[in-house]
Amino acid sequence: MAAGGGGVSGVLDYLTDPDSWSGTGGLANRLVEHVGISALSLLLATVVAVPAGLWLGHTGRGGFVALNIGGVGRAVPTFALLVIFVLLPQPFGANLLSFVIALALFTVPPLLTNTWTGIREADRAAVDAGRGLGMSGGQLLRRVELPLARPLVLSGLRLAAVQVVATTTVIGLVGGGSLGRVINQGFVRQDQAQVIVGAVLVAALALLTEVGLGAVERRASRRRGGRDTAAATGRGAALPAGGTAVT
Amino acid sequence: MPVAASVPLLHSGSVADNCLVRNDWVCPLYVTTRSTQILEALQQHVTILVVTLVVSVAIALPLGVLAHRTSWLRGLVLGASTVVYTIPSLAMFSLLLPITGFGPQTVVVALVLYSLTVLVRGLVSGLDAVPDDAVDAAVGMGYGRWRLLREVQLPLALPTAFAGLRIAAVSTVALTTIGFLFSSGGLGNLVYSGLTSNFRPEVLTASVLCVLLALLVDAVLVLLRRRLTPWRRGAAA
Repeated sequence: MAAGGGGVSGVLDYLTDPDSWSGTGGLANRLVEHVGISALSLLLATVVAVPAGLWLGHTGRGGFVALNIGGVGRAVPTFALLVIFVLLPQPFGANLLSFVIALALFTVPPLLTNTWTGIREADRAAVDAGRGLGMSGGQLLRRVELPLARPLVLSGLRLAAVQVVATTTVIGLVGGGSLGRVINQGFVRQDQAQVIVGAVLVAALALLTEVGLGAVERRASRRRGGRDTAAATGRGAALPAGGTAVT
Repeated sequence: MPVAASVPLLHSGSVADNCLVRNDWVCPLYVTTRSTQILEALQQHVTILVVTLVVSVAIALPLGVLAHRTSWLRGLVLGASTVVYTIPSLAMFSLLLPITGFGPQTVVVALVLYSLTVLVRGLVSGLDAVPDDAVDAAVGMGYGRWRLLREVQLPLALPTAFAGLRIAAVSTVALTTIGFLFSSGGLGNLVYSGLTSNFRPEVLTASVLCVLLALLVDAVLVLLRRRLTPWRRGAAA
């Protein structure tokens, strides 16, 4: 491929060339890798962080960790942590296991913080009423606290998903696939059009994730309606504050 | 953290046996022998941070005050900031490349954009939260708009605005790391060179310095906020 310019025509040429899309290093495969690795990492982080947040929130423990883990996560550069995993001995290295674990570590904070906060901020009157009805701890968590915490848990999932899509890009700099690899190879080949195409696709994927999950979130809160409208709107109003505090 | 213990002892005696040869993660000898190189990278990193923060604050102050007063501007700024914040940093740096070229300026422009999203949000919500009573009292005492802003609204918005500043500063330190790809210099250079040459002490030292720098800047900002809001002394946090 010619070392194309970074102008609009160079970018369009790159995008419309079928060769750019085919093969292992093609855009189609890189996009699939990106979405797949992001999804795996998000799944791993969710399986760990949401139950932990529910339990800690329910028992009222771990508040310091739940509220400050975001600051710690922000201070650790994703690139540096990925490189450390790549240089670790077997079974780590430049492989899927390293990437997914490192990315999941960065995805835990928003999930843990939002789940914990959602449970802690569940209406105490409702929780007390549940307890008065003779509910056990597990029932209380499942039937009262979790439904009330749902909006915050969902917004934590959206934050985490957008974040993991962004960090997945970085594995392209340490020998992994993903759209970040497209950008990195553009640098190696000094092909600015390729760099721009990779960047545009990454940005589009991140924005799509934000908008798509935002829509899912709104639908979920609207569908709740009926039974507990008051609770739903109450939590809805509290959402923006909770959301921005986390980001 | 994996340390020397996980590395088997190799041919001790044949070659000088030290942590550089063993490629240990933790290696004081690396720090002492490469201190010039490390300090240079650190200094580049700090320069990017300081320039980013100064420029961001200089833009965010007027923008935040205007967005607080003008509803259409508020909508525009907050909407744009969501979009900017969603774009991954590697993509943002790359998209700026045709305009700003290789060098630290590309990284600084992108980091200013990210910082602005947090700073303006923090300032606007801080100004929103200023109690009406305080504003009414100042207006009743004959404060003009400028004096009201400078002596009542901004000081009361300061704690919230500083929360935004801390987030911006810590994120900036971390995000600067991938600037090496755009020839910005900084600690990312060392991490990358450690990756390509499989040199563990270089990677770990630079990574730890990054985190320490972020924590140090955060602590400095907390102290600064305490100095700037002496009336809050004794109150929680």
